[in-house]
Amino acid sequence: MDLDGGSSSTISTGARAIPGRPVRHGALYQFTQQNLPACKPVLTPAAVISTFLLMGFIFIPVGLVTLRASYSVVEIVDRYDIECVPEEYRSNKVAYVKDDSVSKNCSRFLKVPKSMRAPIFIYYQLDNYYQNHRRYVKSRTDRQLLHGLGYNDTSSCRPLESSDDLPIVPCGLIAWSLFNDTYKFSRGPSELKVNRKDIAWKSDRNHKFGKHVYPFNFQNGTLTGGAKLDPTIPLSDQEDLIVWMRTAALPTFRKLYGRIEEDLEADDVIVVNLKNNYNTYSFGGKKKIVLSTSSWLGGKNDFLGIANLFVGSFSILISIIFLVLHLKSPRPYGDTAYASWNKKSISS
Amino acid sequence: MAHGRIRARLRRSHFYTFGCLRPTTTDEGPHPLQGPGFSRTVHCNQPEIHERRPLYYCKNDISTTKYNVLTFFPKALFEQFRRVANIYFLLAACLSASPISPFSPLSMIAPLAFVVGLSMAKEALEDSRRFVQDVKVNHRKVHHHKGDGVFGPRMWQNIMVGDVVKVEKDKFFPADLLLLSSSYEDGICYVETMNLDGETNLKVKRSLESTLFLDSDEAFKDFAGTIRCEDPNPNLYTFVGNFEHERQVYPLDPSQILLRDSKLRNTEYIYGVVIFTGHDSKVMQNSTRSPSKRSTIEEKMDYIIYTLFTVLIFISIISSIGFIVKTKYQTPTWWYLRPDSIESQYDPQKIGVAGLSHLVTALILYGYLIPISLYVSIEVVKVLQATFINQDIHMYDEETGTPADARTSNLNEELGQVDTILSDKTGTLTCNQMDFLKCSIAGTPYGVCSSEVEVAAAKQIASDLEDDDSDLSNFPLPNKKGHVSWENVGVAEEYELETVVTSKGDEDEKHAIKGFGFEDDRLMNGNWLQEPNTDDILLFFRILAVCHTAIPELNEETGSFTYEAESPDEGAFLVAAREFGFEFCRRTQSSIFTRERISTSGKVVEREYKLLNLLDFTSKRKRMSVIVRDEEGQLFLLCKGADSIIFDRLSKNGKIYLEATTMHLNDYGEAGLRTLALAYRRLEEKEYSDWNDEFQKAKAAVGADRDAMLERVSEMMEKELILVGATAIEDKLQKGVPDCIDKLAQAGLKIWVLTGDKMETAINIGFSCSLLRQGMKQICITTNSDTESNDVKQAIKDNILNQITNATQMIKLEKDPHAAFALIIDGKTLTYTLEDDLKHKFLGLAVDCASVICCRVSPKQKALVTRLVKEGTGKTTLAIGDGANDVGMIQEADIGVGISGVEGMQAVMASDFSIAQFRFLERLLVVHGHWCYKRIAQMICYFFYKNIAFGLTIFYFEAFTGFSGQSVYDDWYMILFNVCLTSLPVISLGVFEQDVPSDVCLQFPALYQQGPKNLFFDWYRILGWMANGLYSSIVIFLLTVTILYDHPFREDGQTADMAAVGTTMFTCIIWAVNVQIALTMSHFTWIQHLFIWGSIMTWYVFLTIYGMLSPEYSKNAYHLLVEALGPAPIYWSTTLLVTVTCNLPYLIHISLQRCFNPMDHHIIQEIKHYKKDIEDQHMWIRESSKARQETKIGFTARVEAKIRQLKGKLQRKHSFLTIMSPVHK
Repeated sequence: MDLDGGSSSTISTGARAIPGRPVRHGALYQFTQQNLPACKPVLTPAAVISTFLLMGFIFIPVGLVTLRASYSVVEIVDRYDIECVPEEYRSNKVAYVKDDSVSKNCSRFLKVPKSMRAPIFIYYQLDNYYQNHRRYVKSRTDRQLLHGLGYNDTSSCRPLESSDDLPIVPCGLIAWSLFNDTYKFSRGPSELKVNRKDIAWKSDRNHKFGKHVYPFNFQNGTLTGGAKLDPTIPLSDQEDLIVWMRTAALPTFRKLYGRIEEDLEADDVIVVNLKNNYNTYSFGGKKKIVLSTSSWLGGKNDFLGIANLFVGSFSILISIIFLVLHLKSPRPYGDTAYASWNKKSISS
Repeated sequence: MAHGRIRARLRRSHFYTFGCLRPTTTDEGPHPLQGPGFSRTVHCNQPEIHERRPLYYCKNDISTTKYNVLTFFPKALFEQFRRVANIYFLLAACLSASPISPFSPLSMIAPLAFVVGLSMAKEALEDSRRFVQDVKVNHRKVHHHKGDGVFGPRMWQNIMVGDVVKVEKDKFFPADLLLLSSSYEDGICYVETMNLDGETNLKVKRSLESTLFLDSDEAFKDFAGTIRCEDPNPNLYTFVGNFEHERQVYPLDPSQILLRDSKLRNTEYIYGVVIFTGHDSKVMQNSTRSPSKRSTIEEKMDYIIYTLFTVLIFISIISSIGFIVKTKYQTPTWWYLRPDSIESQYDPQKIGVAGLSHLVTALILYGYLIPISLYVSIEVVKVLQATFINQDIHMYDEETGTPADARTSNLNEELGQVDTILSDKTGTLTCNQMDFLKCSIAGTPYGVCSSEVEVAAAKQIASDLEDDDSDLSNFPLPNKKGHVSWENVGVAEEYELETVVTSKGDEDEKHAIKGFGFEDDRLMNGNWLQEPNTDDILLFFRILAVCHTAIPELNEETGSFTYEAESPDEGAFLVAAREFGFEFCRRTQSSIFTRERISTSGKVVEREYKLLNLLDFTSKRKRMSVIVRDEEGQLFLLCKGADSIIFDRLSKNGKIYLEATTMHLNDYGEAGLRTLALAYRRLEEKEYSDWNDEFQKAKAAVGADRDAMLERVSEMMEKELILVGATAIEDKLQKGVPDCIDKLAQAGLKIWVLTGDKMETAINIGFSCSLLRQGMKQICITTNSDTESNDVKQAIKDNILNQITNATQMIKLEKDPHAAFALIIDGKTLTYTLEDDLKHKFLGLAVDCASVICCRVSPKQKALVTRLVKEGTGKTTLAIGDGANDVGMIQEADIGVGISGVEGMQAVMASDFSIAQFRFLERLLVVHGHWCYKRIAQMICYFFYKNIAFGLTIFYFEAFTGFSGQSVYDDWYMILFNVCLTSLPVISLGVFEQDVPSDVCLQFPALYQQGPKNLFFDWYRILGWMANGLYSSIVIFLLTVTILYDHPFREDGQTADMAAVGTTMFTCIIWAVNVQIALTMSHFTWIQHLFIWGSIMTWYVFLTIYGMLSPEYSKNAYHLLVEALGPAPIYWSTTLLVTVTCNLPYLIHISLQRCFNPMDHHIIQEIKHYKKDIEDQHMWIRESSKARQETKIGFTARVEAKIRQLKGKLQRKHSFLTIMSPVHK
């Protein structure tokens, strides 16, 4: 008897737990029913035309302003890598540059086309120089630059992590190949003062290169790369090194050398006395010196302005085309004649 | 409690002429027991023997999970790395430790671990659900013999082979049992095998004579016996074994075997001994691992991934060639690289090695072309989509509290591409509940209630009247406008309209009595006595009350009877008889007792009918009869059966009502009702006794032709019948089924019905669901022959082929564009048709037909038909069913949908989606399917776009670094790109995007066709997106590099280094791809806004925070934004320029497309945008009624056909000026 009673209560075959009735109101309900208030923009003709017009009205002024900024910049570019090699070495420039006994001095005369307001930035530009090569980019260690000899793991600096079993500070290919041409400027008789401070990023100077890290065992190996560093000056003050160590993105690049903090007048002739030390001859790279003023936008950059103008006028063109198209063959929006079910009945 | 129960100890085997007395000894000689495959020995009542080897058999717990705690990790991991993309990323991660890798190990491993971990977590979650389900089953309890004649409850999982168990009424059998005895003294029991084969009728099982004595708990005290039988096998209908008891050996056959997952019905209890447990049981042996299904979109996605791999390899090779050239001819002169002490991977001396290792580097470097997070994003999106499906309140069944359940989430988008629906009938389209609705007695129709079909049709017509008014008045009518003609139409509709009115009031009462929907005062409450032909009516009621095989059961609380009938039809008859005042109340071995209330006074007389013979119903005979002797000693043969069968056997003077009844039967058929004709015959004593001798002889005969003999003898008696009337029973459709079918048909879906029912029933249901309608040309393909020899088989096949060719020809020659064809085929014919040589012809025919109905199909045939459709048409199929017999079909189809209704859970367990009612299918497909399809399609396209746009910039840049494998971006940018900066917007696209709201989806079913036509994931579109990615990558790279080339980028005169260029470029990418996705979306809630603009914000926030870390970690990105880029106008200006330029072509494209070639959803969006739907509601309704696929099935088609018919008549009327009789039908 109790058997029956027991069984009927314990065995429940098809019974499934009935979940609670879902909520029927509130934000959660709207969410679960995918019924949240939504904005549903529709590309109506008015929206399309005005969007393109608006884009035109934004880009054309921007383009004009940037172009104007770009035109306000005066830039002098002078390639000197060939001219500065004496005639007798022209056929074998590599031998010239490698020969320490030959004087590397060279003078260039630059004519100022328009008056240039201070500060006038001095750049060196290298072509066909792959600072972005993977081996090159990797060959450095930021920790050593910050902590100096206190940081031992220089394996990433290969193949220039040590020389004569002593660590190199700063190690790596980038530092080793530091650019070492030097420029001196004079206008007529007077020398133009070149300010080589504050050419590197402030954060680099303050936080990435140690204030108490001094070059050590640098360029002491059998092969000397580029410039030597004064071992008495901490890395944070070796600004040309800091600039050089910000590797460029492309094989053609400019790097800041210094600033001339005097205005230059039109038709002034600037004499550049340079030491043509750096070897770009073995791989056929060019060397240029660039003097440039700057605007709020940076340097001379016509492309940005032109591109803006182009996109802006293209947008306006599109909006006009749309306008014409709509006037010529208007499709009343929301007209169901274009719906598939109506088309079908027309065709059939 | 046990004492109070009435035990129906009837020797019911007497009733069964065909079923139970089948001789059991004619089996195939001695069993090949003990041979291979027949080694199982079961010691009854001694389960302890089975605890040790060699007689240890598997336990009774079942497990359907894919993994267990131990195997989860390796197995799930293995599953993950079966994806090509994941293997690629795994290899890349492995190589990341070596110097070959262009990235740091962390940046390779972290995303992979994230992606794989997330997928595995999802697997674990899904598997745990299965585990819970298993535990539930394993913990069901059953009474088992504890020893000394005491029974006690025990969990299913602890049942052992050899255990004696006691199963009670309406409980499932815990394992495969040998039936020992039952509450009936002759040891029979009734079993419902719904879960095994989907058949709803009860099956009789019968124990051996020798075990009948085991009829109480105590009897098992000393019971022992040995069963030797076959080894576990999946064959449900065979069993070979013997039973040894007290040195006697008895052969066993399937009729003594009770299978797991079938249910005990109509029997108080049974005793049985466990033979097969757990996974050995036949049903478990039968179950196949549900095949893992993938959606077509995902399959196509694989091809795209392969394409991308090809692109990847291609550009890697280009890059390697470039590298080799550079390294061989140029780098030796680059003194600043110290070519004298170079690593082997850059060594120009070993250019082969260097080249190869660079190739590997390149393959890893450009890996961003392959969207690593695609799979995981899709999985996340699909799980969320599935959650929304589960949460949808419109698919929540209030009555049972069952929500829809997306059991596997990887087919969501497939729901939007379904082409053919294959539906089960019983339990899916119908509730398997029969209502007695109408009858025709003595040529008079009774019953005013209308069937659901009539109600719905009338409503439809009524609502269309207004709309079509204009349509019709446009019709060329020469003299008068509309009005006159409308009167005619009105007459035609009157009938339906009337029924609408009446049905509304009845709504409450209708459900008062289950199985009885009849409403007509002429017959109720004894009023029938005032009708003419009272005698016939009386007979009619008596046939209802007497001619059946049911058992009454007194409900002690209410004092009324409920009936345990073999089929629900019979139950409905008895309920009807009871309501008419002829209550069947008792049944003994030889008699049937009814309580008749013949007078209006309500006096009840109990009458006894001596039951002399019972001629069973079989599907072949399509009729059943009883021979009874009433209290006056009169002998009657009472017969009910299919009208065609009865009409053939009428006597000359029995045809008085034939004509009227036939007409009514047609009406009933049209109304979607199941009809049976009732007839009787008065017998003479002499005639009967002669016949009975012969019948008994046949009954006692032993041998194969016994059934045939019995049938022949029965045939001799069932003739010269007198027709009394006909019944019409409504096989109640599930709520909203016709409406749903209508909508699905309008959405362009084809619907096939595969049912185990007989053809008539199937056709009736076809009518009631509007799959069939009057005027549709029905093509029935059948075979007549039963024999199975080879040459006959060929003949049959030729015959079928002939039928198919004729039908195909007929369809081809049909000129009328509105002509619709319906194909009806039965299971036996299907066996031939599904053979290789015929099946494609059959499919060709079936595709041309508007509706296809397959009747009497076995579960396997259901699966085969599904496969035929799936493979033959190459389109997406969806199978929907509720019973275990649908499992094969559900697993075979591209999408399986289970109805989680009344019956077992098998179908649901095998399905991909489960819904509580068929009508939810509409929302599942038309709303969720449509949305999910578009979402996933757009999402995948966007993914490829985004990764191409990003990945190619890496390639371009590398070309500028002498192909050295250097990336312009910081490792962290790369990690974050896929994981964080672009993933949430695309997920929000995949989860929340709606082209049109759900109500519009339902109003415009034509929108659904965008899925099956695959408008959003065709190669044109995919390649378009890829081209967009290519364009964007070029724009991003060229513009950024040109702008930041060698000029100082800010006032301080400093030039941009690699970090500045890379970061600017990356900023542009983030903006461009996020603006792109904003343009792609058409539905913005705060979530989308948050994700899109939030992603862009995140980038700046990240950059700021990253820049604040010590330079040891942030390297060149230290203070990058704050110090260098932020103050530089050129940075912001570049971002703006590049973002706009990247998206300009897409914007132009979509504007042009919308302007000149708008898609359907565009138009609807515009209507909604301008609120035209509110201003001009008439237009909105008109359009939504037009917005559907041309369909020949469903209500709307039916109504249209009717209108066409009326128009045609009107036209004829006017053109020929002939006077027509009032329109009928």
